[in-house]
Amino acid sequence: MNWRTFVALLSRDAHVARRNIIPLMLQTLFQPMLFVFVFGRIMTRSGLMAEQYKSMLLPGIIAVSMVLSGIWAVAMPLIAEFQFSKEIEDRLLAPIEIEWVAVEKMVGGMLQALFAGLVVLPIAWFVMGGVDLDGASTLSLLSIALLVALLAAGIGLTLGCSVGQTQIGLMFSLVMAPMIFFGCTYYPWQALAPFPLLQRIVLINPLVYASEGFRGALVPHFPHLSMPAVTGSLIGFDTIFVTVGLRQFRKKALG
Amino acid sequence: MAVGIRTRQLRKIYTSPPPMAAGAARGVGFSLSKREKPRERIEIVALDDLSLEVAAGEIFGLLGPNGAGKSTTVGVVTTRIRPTAGDAWIGPHNVWQERVAVKRLIGVVPQRPNLDFGLTAREILTFHGAYFGLSAAERHERANALLDRFRLTDRANQLLFGFSGGMMQRLSIARAMMHDPELLFLDEPSAGLDPQTRLLLWDIVREYHGRGKTILLTTHNMEEADALCGRIAIIDHGRVIALGTPAELKRSLPGGFLVRLQFDRVSEEMLQGLRRLAGVSEVRGSDDSGVDVYADRGGSLVPEIVNVATAAQAAVRDVHISEPSLENLFLHHTGRSLRE
Ligand SMILES: Nc1ncnc2c1ncn2[C@@H]1O[C@H](COP(=O)(O)OP(=O)(O)O)[C@@H](O)[C@H]1O
Ligand SMILES: [Mg+2]
Repeated sequence: MNWRTFVALLSRDAHVARRNIIPLMLQTLFQPMLFVFVFGRIMTRSGLMAEQYKSMLLPGIIAVSMVLSGIWAVAMPLIAEFQFSKEIEDRLLAPIEIEWVAVEKMVGGMLQALFAGLVVLPIAWFVMGGVDLDGASTLSLLSIALLVALLAAGIGLTLGCSVGQTQIGLMFSLVMAPMIFFGCTYYPWQALAPFPLLQRIVLINPLVYASEGFRGALVPHFPHLSMPAVTGSLIGFDTIFVTVGLRQFRKKALG
Repeated sequence: MAVGIRTRQLRKIYTSPPPMAAGAARGVGFSLSKREKPRERIEIVALDDLSLEVAAGEIFGLLGPNGAGKSTTVGVVTTRIRPTAGDAWIGPHNVWQERVAVKRLIGVVPQRPNLDFGLTAREILTFHGAYFGLSAAERHERANALLDRFRLTDRANQLLFGFSGGMMQRLSIARAMMHDPELLFLDEPSAGLDPQTRLLLWDIVREYHGRGKTILLTTHNMEEADALCGRIAIIDHGRVIALGTPAELKRSLPGGFLVRLQFDRVSEEMLQGLRRLAGVSEVRGSDDSGVDVYADRGGSLVPEIVNVATAAQAAVRDVHISEPSLENLFLHHTGRSLRE
């Protein structure tokens, strides 16, 4: 492992991301923010939704924002760089094992996911006109945030090395959309109790643990999956996606 | 300290079609019914026991037609393609087992520029330098020198979107030289270049070689191989079919001159007649009306050929004389033209 090369790779991505950060953030955060405004502000103010809904919504919004921007930040450049023009080749020829190029992409994605969470938390809080975060634990917030950032980066790596440029739209409608809607982002897992089968099925969706994890960290007095279960599942999903992602990367990188 | 290249019985068998063809065959998107059509097994033998030795400090050329296996060879010895069998070494390092050590020693100019579209021309050079651990001062100094040398200074701070193919090719070469590698690989470097830039490239290659570096270049341009290379391997179908200095290779050609003839009809009697002409070393009837005559003279042979043909009641339809060249050599070994 060669730190100078690793840092140079990371600073290349940071340099390019700086140019694209505004459109990227708008692309991944705009829709969740609209949701926050409509459901967290309009619906609660007008009395159509209970005031407590805000506390349910905020963690889910952070989860979906982080996961979306992390996936996007890793997958989109990878898809483009592996395409036809093979732009990534220059980095594969850098004096470092090629796996570190993938790790670097994930570290970059994690940083962007964390940045998205950092941006969204205060904005959503203000848009909804304040959310009660009394029981929040900084330590569990941080650890959940790290695990979720790694999850997003791992999924991004896996998708980015498995999907072609022409399939991006399909990936969004077939993978990302169901993942968001059945990810317990806009409602807690407990709300699925009337649908026992669905409640079981959504457990295969890693986003569920991200949303529930942030509920446990930010609004622990509201119902959420138990924190050890969430943490364990996140670690499990992180391991799976990072492993699969690295394998796909290796396959894609070596002809 | 220059380094050489060695390969031992490299084989590469691709089991999927080349990327371009794959895209065309599958069209856009994907098919939901993958299992319906059992995938036919594809086997493309790109390298067929290719053994080569490139000495430290030489300019070595791989000459061959499209599809001969030149790019695959470059891919294997530059760590980018995993061989199906066989071994390759860069200096003392086994390419597949010591990839990082190998990557430190080499600079690669791919056949198709793979430049980073997220960066400006200058940044492409400076970041490349950073990957190789150059200090900020070194990076800027070298980038400026290379931009200048390759006449890119006025576009240095632009993204690549408006760049012509030739500019990208030049930038791609500059990038490969940025970390001053001991061994430079140039895969068809002059393909998209105008004649003037080609000469600039030749100068730069010679100059780089003059600093004790090893250069391996691929080309299907005989003139280029002839002008630049100390030694050449002619390859076809993934095998070396001839190896030597350009002069040696040309000398090895029977006769040297090649007279390609078309007749209205060809008889064995006529071929015998042609073989008996003074200075003719080999006569080959290709298909039913074409004949290749290898000889130590060209033009002066034509009247005599016409006489032989007339005596055999045949008429000459077309004559083409070419002087001793690598092109003829290739033709001699494969029966095909390099340009095909
Ligand atoms: N990635 C690939 N997948 C499948 N076949 C390939 C691939 N790359 C090259 N080939 C095939 O291997 C053979 C050698 O190709 P290549 O090394 O590119 O030759 P050259 O550079 O001499 O034109 C050709 O038949 C080509 O179609
Ligand atoms: Mg080629």
